[in-house]
Amino acid sequence: MTKKLDSKIPEGPVAEKWDNHRFKMKLVNPANKRKFNVIVVGTGLAGASASATLAELGYNVDAFCIQDSPRRAHSIAAQGGVNAAKNYPNDGDSIWRLFYDTVKGGDYRAREANVYRLAQVANNIIDQCAAQGVPFAREYGGTLSNRSFGGAQVSRTFYARGQTGQQLLLGAYSAMMKETAKGKIKSHTREEMVDLVVVEGRTRGIITRNIVTGEFKKWAADAVLLCTGGYGNVYFLSTNAMTSNGSAAWKAYKKGAMFGNPCYTQIHPTCIPVHGDAQSKLTLMSESLRNDGRVWVPKKQGDNRPPGQIPEEERDYYLERKYPSFGNLVPRDVASRNAKEAIDDGRGVGKTGIAVYLDFADAIKRDGEQAIRERYGNLFDMYNRITDENPYQVPMRIYPAVHYTMGGLWVDYNLQTTVPGCFALGEANFSDHGANRLGASALMQGLADGYFVIPYTLGNYLASEGLMTDKVSADHPEFDKCMKESQDRFNRLLHIGGSKSVDTFHKELGKIMWERVGMSRNEDGLKKAIDEISDLRKEFWKDVKVTGTEVGINVELEKANRVADFLELGELMARDALERRESCGGHFREESQTPENEALRDDENFCHVAAWEYQGDETTPLRNTEELTFENVPLTQRSYK
Amino acid sequence: MSADEKLLTLNLKIWRQKDAKDKGQMVDYTLEGVSTDSSFLEMLDQLNEKLVGQGEEPVTFDHDCREGICGMCSLMINGQAHGPEKETTTCQLHMRSFNDGDTIVIEPWRARAFPVLKDLTVDRSAFDEIIMAGGYVNVNTGNAQDANEILIPKESADLAMDAAACIGCAACVASCKNASAMLFVGAKISQLALLPQGQVEAEQRAANMVAKMDELGFGNCTNEAECEASCPKGINISNIARMNKEFLKSAVKSKS
Repeated sequence: MTKKLDSKIPEGPVAEKWDNHRFKMKLVNPANKRKFNVIVVGTGLAGASASATLAELGYNVDAFCIQDSPRRAHSIAAQGGVNAAKNYPNDGDSIWRLFYDTVKGGDYRAREANVYRLAQVANNIIDQCAAQGVPFAREYGGTLSNRSFGGAQVSRTFYARGQTGQQLLLGAYSAMMKETAKGKIKSHTREEMVDLVVVEGRTRGIITRNIVTGEFKKWAADAVLLCTGGYGNVYFLSTNAMTSNGSAAWKAYKKGAMFGNPCYTQIHPTCIPVHGDAQSKLTLMSESLRNDGRVWVPKKQGDNRPPGQIPEEERDYYLERKYPSFGNLVPRDVASRNAKEAIDDGRGVGKTGIAVYLDFADAIKRDGEQAIRERYGNLFDMYNRITDENPYQVPMRIYPAVHYTMGGLWVDYNLQTTVPGCFALGEANFSDHGANRLGASALMQGLADGYFVIPYTLGNYLASEGLMTDKVSADHPEFDKCMKESQDRFNRLLHIGGSKSVDTFHKELGKIMWERVGMSRNEDGLKKAIDEISDLRKEFWKDVKVTGTEVGINVELEKANRVADFLELGELMARDALERRESCGGHFREESQTPENEALRDDENFCHVAAWEYQGDETTPLRNTEELTFENVPLTQRSYK
Repeated sequence: MSADEKLLTLNLKIWRQKDAKDKGQMVDYTLEGVSTDSSFLEMLDQLNEKLVGQGEEPVTFDHDCREGICGMCSLMINGQAHGPEKETTTCQLHMRSFNDGDTIVIEPWRARAFPVLKDLTVDRSAFDEIIMAGGYVNVNTGNAQDANEILIPKESADLAMDAAACIGCAACVASCKNASAMLFVGAKISQLALLPQGQVEAEQRAANMVAKMDELGFGNCTNEAECEASCPKGINISNIARMNKEFLKSAVKSKS
């Protein structure tokens, strides 16, 4: 039987919900907080900010990461900025407008109440980060500087050069180190969560594997916070870091946490194209480039003249042509899809034909090379370093790449998954971006969840459920059982003795995902994808070759464990994409488009969240739903014309 | 792929060490068909795929974002931290910086405070310990005033940002003959000392972080500026001078 999920949205008008809820939630008194242990998995913006804030409140925090320091988490790579409705520029911004833009940008597939709360606490984030010493960009008078980003019509993005993610993460990391010094946080590096321990329906801890020694350990706690990021690496090539993975979330899924909208993937339009088979990852070029760069392809198919020899009248500036009011600044999903269309039409550029031009010639003519250098110098240098081409002289070649996953563990308004005591924060949850995330909103959400939401909702959980006295220690047999299962799984991977490397399987999976569950999807392709992934998974468990032993560092074994999970998660993504027979945001179903080839939603049948429930490895999972209601932002067809 | 893509054959001399206790040794490999468009780490991926194919253990090395920002990658390449290109991390170094037939020597960071864990991977947790000694502003979540109430001259903000750009890769330590961590520590002390938010604790911070750095076995600075030359983010050595100033202020005050 499929279920209708209760999101626990508080009563009252949207602008008052969070305030009312904060008052109604139960508190843990200061002397009792030290009696609770909290596990935080992942130390990106969500995990680091949650760890620090909970420790400040008095909870005992164990924070886990797979890198050699919490500061390396992939939030560090975010370039552009963080949104907030401070309205410092006096250009008409407000909390309501940020809320409205985010709901619309998400193509009406996000939960209104969550998005409003996000817009509300965004201002506190800027204050908090400034107080920590985050060196935001400043004006000459000493005030904070803002810029417009990702097509927003107001300047609400705060930034620290092209390294905003780095600076915000280092701020959260420093707060974390402050509490680590006091002993309130224990930081466990190179320690990977391999299972979630659930006893009688309640989360009681995790099992980890130490990456340096290969040793497995049991950890008990009163709550577990999964801040483990997205699963974009299911595509093999993405802008995610090499070790970014979906395994922690996947373990939670198998223990009963439902997976929300797995098919919502963001494909970012401005990445450096693939160079060849040895390619290991893709590099994003900040969206801000579209403020001055013009996107074009030749009008003629197969026109392989160098760009400088293609005269103006033989170029198709397709975004400007199709979307005169937004032009090159259309949202990410629209820009990506149009690039694909041009290339599928045989008008791609460069040696591989899988790229479009992003041309700065007009901007350089208008503002001078120096001005462009000041604005984008570091990005142009990076492009030059990777491609060996000088973008001041020839147009950049760009192509879309997988960048972010809007889907993730389903959580209620309190950020709790469907397994009590297991919470999901940041990119790991599904809640705030609907079917498409706007630029500079990921940093905002990660920090909102960690600094300003979970400190309240976690206390309410601990105080309401009698967890002061109801404790389960790591001696409970369920911990031993879970640890044994994890050890068996790693041993099995190590001893398959097959013939193909882990990466061979990962690349094969990536190819299927990109072809069939990528920027454009259709029923036939998705059905094929499900079969192909299932076959590949069977082959993996028969024929993967993992070198080394179970003792000490074994990178191949780590990868094998993560790819084994991707081989299941990929299938769920295809299944979700198949069942969502509409287009919305980043999910484009060819069967559902407007006459102008734009994404066509089906609000009558799909104005809901799909929350997938695990039913066993050999059984098709259940598709449960959470109805979405739009009381404040009326449902309309998104238009950027 | 770029217009001038070429394929290289390389002679690699790579440090192999089973674990922290193993003595370790250099091992020679020949690798063919390396595209000049590949990054240095993609070249190592290619070697590792070959090794796995032969049933041998691949070379372990640290890496993650491969965009030059996480600070995880860390190789001595022909004796230079992060290789030959200026202000470039190993992951952003491309094989077009090398020629067909080149011999490339690849070693881990070497410093007493960074023990080798396996092959090219070292333990840099000493850097976390230094930050724990004071690399932060003591402000809890929820305490903050409106961000625009703290006015910061643009010049100070820019200088603070220059220092804050440090990625904590530890190339500065690896390239210093004394294995000094002064550029790393100086950058953090400077960032916070330049901003009003960090002023209150500036002197104490300098004293504590420097003491921790010494305790962990990092060496002294003898002004050779190798750290600055090898820094992939171009962190300026003047940050060390600023650290010394803060340290001196705190030393003078603690005596009086």
